[in-house]
Amino acid sequence: MHQSIQQTDFDALMEQVHKIGKEVIAVNADDVDKQARFPKESIEAIKSLKLMSAYVPASMGGMGLSVGQVAKVCEALGHYCGSTAMIYAMHKIQVACLTHHYHDSPYLIDYISKLVNEQRLIASATTEIGIGGDLRSSICAVEVDGDSFTLTKKAPVISYALDADDILVTARRQADSAASDQVQVMFHKGQFELEPISGWDTLGFRGTCSSGFVISGKGSIGQIFPENFGEILSESMHPFAHIVWASLWSGIAADAVNKARKFIRNQAKKNINAPPISAIRLGEVDSVLQNMRNNIAVAEQEYSDMLTAGDKNAFSNFGFGIRINNLKTSSAQLIVDIVGKAMLICGIASYRNDSPMSLSRHIRDAYGAALMVNNDRIMLHNSTLLLMHREEH
Amino acid sequence: MNTEQIRAILAEHGRLTTPVEDLEDTSDLYHSGLTSLATVGLMLALEDEFDIEFPDSALSRKTFTSIESIAEVIEELVE
Repeated sequence: MHQSIQQTDFDALMEQVHKIGKEVIAVNADDVDKQARFPKESIEAIKSLKLMSAYVPASMGGMGLSVGQVAKVCEALGHYCGSTAMIYAMHKIQVACLTHHYHDSPYLIDYISKLVNEQRLIASATTEIGIGGDLRSSICAVEVDGDSFTLTKKAPVISYALDADDILVTARRQADSAASDQVQVMFHKGQFELEPISGWDTLGFRGTCSSGFVISGKGSIGQIFPENFGEILSESMHPFAHIVWASLWSGIAADAVNKARKFIRNQAKKNINAPPISAIRLGEVDSVLQNMRNNIAVAEQEYSDMLTAGDKNAFSNFGFGIRINNLKTSSAQLIVDIVGKAMLICGIASYRNDSPMSLSRHIRDAYGAALMVNNDRIMLHNSTLLLMHREEH
Repeated sequence: MNTEQIRAILAEHGRLTTPVEDLEDTSDLYHSGLTSLATVGLMLALEDEFDIEFPDSALSRKTFTSIESIAEVIEELVE
């Protein structure tokens, strides 16, 4: 559906990504983590490669990367800074919602060209205070008045809200709509106000600045997505999010394994006749990383094939939803497992904050994976869906 | 197909925010408060009532979107 970039061009792009990764993103990662600040330099570097519109089809001025290629970029960024990779992944989820669901909305088509030209950063406000984390329910409602609308939402988290150019917000279609009759609307900077309600002093992913806000704003009705949010969620937001999240987590995990490999190599150099005791663990952790990557590749392939086939009904199949959820819950566990194993290999050097072998940020980020859209909530949901799912023979 | 049986099951298991009698056959049930948990109860009750088994290909939001879409799938399965 989207893939239009040549493999050689993509390889060249990935070289550039690793270049800014080493020269800019990794250099700032510790400070971003320490200060819990937005990784401004890293996002600017990403913009300089035009990566904000990487998933926009080439016919609309973007790079035309496939889902799998975007996932590769997220993984690469994860090697250098988990927060930067997470911000980029979250932005890309919103871009997927836009490029899959603009339909013929002149407003959104025009916006996509602005996204390409200005390399804008898009944030998202889906969860709401009083709902308990269920994306498919809203309390707040869009209030249309003529050609414009107003909306106020109490959001427990809006990642990088203060640094975003645009924010996509979910809400009930109108005042008398059911909680699940939702739309997605887009606010641009200048159209909304943010009243802070909670900060973001967390264990990991500190640079995502995912504070809570009451967001209130006014826009034109063209800024309301034409398609129901339920469709956008099952076709785009849900599968795309779990694929790019799992990918960036695998990048964090792979960086930890790289450190472990380096540690073992240094040890082996000291005494080639007696390989270090933890060498066997390197073999073990590498195999877990491979499992994690394989899980992602399979899910990404299934989703890409579905996008290519263009059968909209296929996305709402409960079996597909279950598999995508499984990707999320298992990847969120594997990242903790992998970074933990890498720490066993590197020993106390990885436990230190002031060592080049430190895995402190990695392990703190890793524990966030199971909590952002809580694994237990997803597994409860899956256990419900499994009552309706049959393996066909 | 007569949708009265479906409507009765929906009233009992759908946990809708809109009374079933106020719904058109084409009304979007997910916009009327149908949740995924309620969909499970609805599906199991429909299978019992009509003595059918939904195949995996029919187990999607699409099937349970409206009284009409449920009726269409059941008709196919009963035949």
